[in-house]
Order: sequence, then structure tokens, then C-alpha cells
Amino acid sequence: MYIIVIGGGRVGYYLTKALLNEGHEITIIEKNPIVCNTINEELGTICVRGDGCEASLLDEVGMERADMVVAVTSDDEDNLIACQIAKHRFHVPRTIARIRNPQNEILFKKLGVDITITTTNIIIEAIEEVVPTHPLTHLLTVRDKGLELVEVKIPPKAITVGKTLKELKLPARTTLVLVISKDKNPQVPTPDTIIRGGEQIIAVTPPESEEALRTVLRGA
Amino acid sequence: MKVVIMGCGRVGAQLATLLDAAGHTVTVLDIDAYSFRRLPPTFGGSALLGNGIDEVALKRAGIEEAEAFFALTQGDNRNIMAAQIAKHIFNVKRVICRIYDPLRQDIFAELGLESISPTRIFADMLKKKLEGDG
Repeated sequence: MYIIVIGGGRVGYYLTKALLNEGHEITIIEKNPIVCNTINEELGTICVRGDGCEASLLDEVGMERADMVVAVTSDDEDNLIACQIAKHRFHVPRTIARIRNPQNEILFKKLGVDITITTTNIIIEAIEEVVPTHPLTHLLTVRDKGLELVEVKIPPKAITVGKTLKELKLPARTTLVLVISKDKNPQVPTPDTIIRGGEQIIAVTPPESEEALRTVLRGA
Repeated sequence: MKVVIMGCGRVGAQLATLLDAAGHTVTVLDIDAYSFRRLPPTFGGSALLGNGIDEVALKRAGIEEAEAFFALTQGDNRNIMAAQIAKHIFNVKRVICRIYDPLRQDIFAELGLESISPTRIFADMLKKKLEGDG
């Protein structure tokens, strides 16, 4: 495959090294001439100095025959615009962008970036995996809807234990979809479902209501 | 009309001043508080420290009630991204951004983004001036 990597920083460098080892044809576009020279000395002449959003340069590196563009600069805006230009001007079939601000995921998908990699979320997910007491786990972003699927763990002594769901005031646009407990089969919650300690509740909620949902289900 | 302007450089500050004097409700957003020195003492709008490509900052600037949004920072990509957030996430009616690179302007015009390229306009003006004088 012909892959164009935008941004020759550390992520771009190691990514390129790995992709070269797999036998792909790679071009890196990097603004900084010193970084560019270092890459060319170490990996062979594959780095072109310039702006990954400048159409004339993209013409030169043969963007129209690229199978994939991977934008991994440290700025979300540069990665977004590079992917949009690749997609709409050069009809690159696959665009991948690195994201720093997790909020940008929804926007990037809406604007046609095929795959987004949010480093912040990856680190958070890793923390959640090793710290199982973490009260709220982000499971999935619902594409284009501004909603997330989350899991809330109910501590054994939470003040909400013993209450029915209809007694709780859920945040707007929030729906509880599943209650999982150790001893029973997963259940679809009803207004009369009673909250028990140790349960996991799966819910759909807008990202800005995550905190409110956690407070409602677990107490302050 | 409620207007949000991202970038309080010379153009942003000048536009904010004009719109404020014309009676509009203006909020200017910049990541550097020092930029707000460009606003005159008579400026009646608000100046807010924050990044226009951050949805939280845009909400604080009142983007949800805004009828117009201008993206006027030095960075083309920052302007394009902010304009697309205003247009596609907050559904602001009128969104205009500055794009220095004429080629980039063409590409995003096709995607429905309203923009002005000072590079193109100024070069055209200079050419006309020369030819007009000659």
C-alpha cells in the first residue's frame, strides 16, 4: 500500500518505521527541516519538507494514488484539515487522524475522517482497566449522535442502594439500558428496578452529563 | 445580533469595534489576553480568554445563542476547524473564516464553507492598481 504520513514527530517516525518493515511504500510530510533531515538520514529519502495541507505539495507526493493518509501531527486542527483535503480533493479511500482533545472525536467523524485515534482516551481506558474501582467507564461513542455508552459501578454502600430507579432524576437525554449483577442474568431496567451494591449499570448519555449521571446513580 | 469573533488580532479587534459601535452584541475570543489591548476603551462587548477550537470555550463565549461567527486567527487550519465546529456542531447561521491559502480556500468552498482569502484579494488589488496606473 502507498501510505502518506503527515507529521514526522515521534509518533510519525516510529509509525513509519513499523509500516516500512511491513513492506509498505511511505512518504512523510514534515514542516521542520531538521526533523526532515534526520528522518531521511535514518530511514532513507522518504521525508518531504512542507505543509501537509498545501495542495500543490500533495500533488507532488502523489496523494491521488495514496491508499491511506495518516495525520499524526501534535495539533488536532492540522490533522483534521489534512484528512479533509486528502478525502475531498484527492479522494484518498482511508484517512486516519490522531486526536488530543477527546471532544473532537464527534466533529472529526461528522466531517468525514474515517478513523480517529484519541490518545487521551486510550490512556484513560488503560487506567480504567487496571483501576477497576473507577466509577464510570467510557465504553463507546455513538457515531454522529453526541452520545456515549458508559458503565457505572455501584459501590456496595452507595446511598442509592435500595432505591428504585423511578426515585432518581436522570440527566436529560440519558437512558439506562442494562443492569448487570453477579448473581443474576443481565436485566433491562424498569422504573421499579431496585439498585443494589456491586451492580454495573450500562447507560447512554451525552458526554457533558457523565458526571451528573455518576452522581445520580452512586450518590455524591 | 449576537456575534462571536475568534482571534483578537488587528482584523478581529477592528471588526469587533465596528460591530460593537453598530449596536451588535460582540464577544471576542483569544488565547492571549495581551491581544485584548487592541480593543478601544469604548468597546462595550466582552473579551474572553479561550481557544476557539475548544467546544467548551465556544460555549462560554455564547456560541449557542450566536447568529454569526468569525474565525480570524493567524492559522488557516485553526480557522477552518473552528468555523466547521460553529457550523456543524452549533448550527450558527452565518459562519465566515479567513483562509490565507487560496488553494485551501477553494477546497473548503466546495465543502460549503464561506471564507475570505486576504492573499487572493490583496494580490488582485495590487495587480489592478498597477494595470490601472499603467
